[in-house]
Amino acid sequence: MFDEMNGDDGARPPYCGVAHWLDTLGLATLDGKRREAETLFRRSGITFAVYGEGGDPERLIPFDLIPRVFGRDEWQRLAAGIVQRARALNAFLWDVYHRGEILRAGVVPEALVYRNRAFLPEMVGFDPPGRIYAHIVGIDLVRTGPGEFRVLEDNCRTPSGVSYMLENREIMMRMFPELFAGNRVEPVDGYADQLRATLEDMAPRHGPRAPVCVVLTPGPFNAAYYEHSYLADQMGAELVEARDLFVDDGALWMKTTRGPTRVDVVYRRIDDEFLDPLVFRPDSYLGVAGLMDVYRAGRVTLVSAPGAGVADDKAVYCYVPEMIRFYLGEAPVLENVPTWQCALPEHRDHVLTHLDELVVKEVHGSGGYGMLIGPRASAAERAEFARKIAHDPAAFIAQPTLSLSTVPTLTPRGIASRHVDFRPFCLVGRQIRLTPGGLTRVALREGSLVVNSSQGGGVKDTWVLSE
Amino acid sequence: MSTLSRTAADLFWMARYLERAESMARLVEMGARVAMLPARGVTARDEWRSVALAAGCDGYFDPEASSVDAIILGLVVDRENPSSIASCFERARANARSVRTALSVQAWESLNETWLRLDELTVSRVLHELPQVVDWVKGRCAQFRGAADATLLRDDRFEFARLGLLIERADTTLRLLDVKHFVLLPETQVVGGDPDRHRWTSILVATSALRAYHWVYRGDYSPERIVDLLLLNGSCPRSYAFCYGEIVQALEHLARLYGARHACHTSAAATLAAIGDTAIGDVFHTGLHGFLTEAIGGNNRLSREIATAYHF
Repeated sequence: MFDEMNGDDGARPPYCGVAHWLDTLGLATLDGKRREAETLFRRSGITFAVYGEGGDPERLIPFDLIPRVFGRDEWQRLAAGIVQRARALNAFLWDVYHRGEILRAGVVPEALVYRNRAFLPEMVGFDPPGRIYAHIVGIDLVRTGPGEFRVLEDNCRTPSGVSYMLENREIMMRMFPELFAGNRVEPVDGYADQLRATLEDMAPRHGPRAPVCVVLTPGPFNAAYYEHSYLADQMGAELVEARDLFVDDGALWMKTTRGPTRVDVVYRRIDDEFLDPLVFRPDSYLGVAGLMDVYRAGRVTLVSAPGAGVADDKAVYCYVPEMIRFYLGEAPVLENVPTWQCALPEHRDHVLTHLDELVVKEVHGSGGYGMLIGPRASAAERAEFARKIAHDPAAFIAQPTLSLSTVPTLTPRGIASRHVDFRPFCLVGRQIRLTPGGLTRVALREGSLVVNSSQGGGVKDTWVLSE
Repeated sequence: MSTLSRTAADLFWMARYLERAESMARLVEMGARVAMLPARGVTARDEWRSVALAAGCDGYFDPEASSVDAIILGLVVDRENPSSIASCFERARANARSVRTALSVQAWESLNETWLRLDELTVSRVLHELPQVVDWVKGRCAQFRGAADATLLRDDRFEFARLGLLIERADTTLRLLDVKHFVLLPETQVVGGDPDRHRWTSILVATSALRAYHWVYRGDYSPERIVDLLLLNGSCPRSYAFCYGEIVQALEHLARLYGARHACHTSAAATLAAIGDTAIGDVFHTGLHGFLTEAIGGNNRLSREIATAYHF
């Protein structure tokens, strides 16, 4: 098991500053600071909303004070791999909604795309501005050794968590100014400006006036509402709900105190199926009737493009290294986790005979739900999954249980190693922008590999050192 | 410049609910004071019932069944009562949360912290430490206003919030003066017996205007002068005249920003002019209750005209 801070002979170089800081601070001070941080998060209302489950509807994601650190060289390699992947995923999306060259070449099976429920026939033949579909690509990475990073999952629709990247840093800088004075940490606070620039890049018309960009949220009851309002605030954009928007005269408008104002770009934080009740789910109250017509006429830009989800499910994931070779003619910088696709008979046989070693995931599942962690599961749970796989093999993939890296974390019984993953956020507009940092999620339970906030995960500030 | 109509509405109502929370705290303070020395022939419970009436909560309480404690709890913490202090904070915070981007961090955090600390208003604290609870509420409201005043951009959104506060405050002052309790008291001569005097001074306490009264009128309490201070004196910050002076200013600022005037501009200016032309003697001559009823109606009308003019 690889611990990112503690090497065989003392702290690994990127962590020297943090290790020294922990030594001088002491456990009691750290625990006091932890409570202080929690108060700060509560007071700012940095919560995720869980309505309808009883208990406190606005919950805090546990924040761990000990930062996760990447050295400059580590980051440069990661960044190259992240950007490469974001380019390939967008090339793939344009291709599958046009001639489908990668399918004709037999590199990716047609069924994976055309029979995917995220594939939208409405998008076939349509050219979004800049041929970009996934403008914010969140790539989930795990680390298994000093130089070993692997991609666990791609998120091409509306990856969340970036507000935690920004707020975690704000809180850390507020609480431990001396820590930042002694370490050269790359700033992350340019993210919102870069997001705004990315949105403005994508505006269908460019007049003398800056384009009007809005953030479309399902509303205050959505789990990520805080993030929606935070990003709108940081960008100086309006945070709108469906009831603030309407379609008229071939354009999208928002209702303002001066009357209707035309909207150019919508950063939508609602799913495809809710976008437009006339085209998708007729019972959607979250979308705007007629929006898809205006979009297809090129008079408003949706970020991300509808149908972008076809690039990020767990079965298509297996082919991303091939996409990189196919579209970019490059060797992948970041490797995938070896993955067995239950849809393929020989893979399925392997999975069924090795269930006790593998992690089985639903192709369309997310949030850490609907998965089997073979080595931890009971015989009955494994039998249950074997039945499910036999019943609908294409719905499952399996991966070896990885030994995720650990980072020291403050626990009720002192500082201990806990497993982490990492989600950087890559912005794709007329140019590609990558903030040096991202969201580190940590599994707070001892030995646990599940980092999802819905299942007891926490977050850490993530540093990229500039020297 | 323009603002989302929903944002304008939420800011307007956020400010109204906050002002309502504070008004309620002031009414409770007045109630506690009056009930300590009830007038001849009435009980403490009767006095609290008139407070509930002034607060517009008469529909919520069963006047026969409610005990003093039930009324106090109903006015302060009961979430079933939409006008209780806790409910007002709850709604103000819900409005603010959906327009967070229109508030400064400091203003939002002040309101959010108030909301987080509502749990501290336990039943036993409300019943046993009522003065401290009232002070806490007034303090939280003042802190929010201070944060807003020091950090909010003076744009149209600021004016929508300001209009909400002023419309609510005008409404509260008018209703306070309209409580039967006060209207039925002798109006023309210097206040006589101690209980009467106690009530009239309580209204000054509820509006934090006791010291202002002495400063302006330097003499005995008379109903005419007290009503004059709260209706027609434009320098008293809770008076009807003051509220309308500020409302006209806020609307004029909006007219400059937007380059357009609406029905609400005409109505507010007309009301302010009429206040300037009114002498307190006339008010009492034609009847205070009639004057107040008309003013409350006009204030509600103005609120609707503002909403229509700015599409919310």
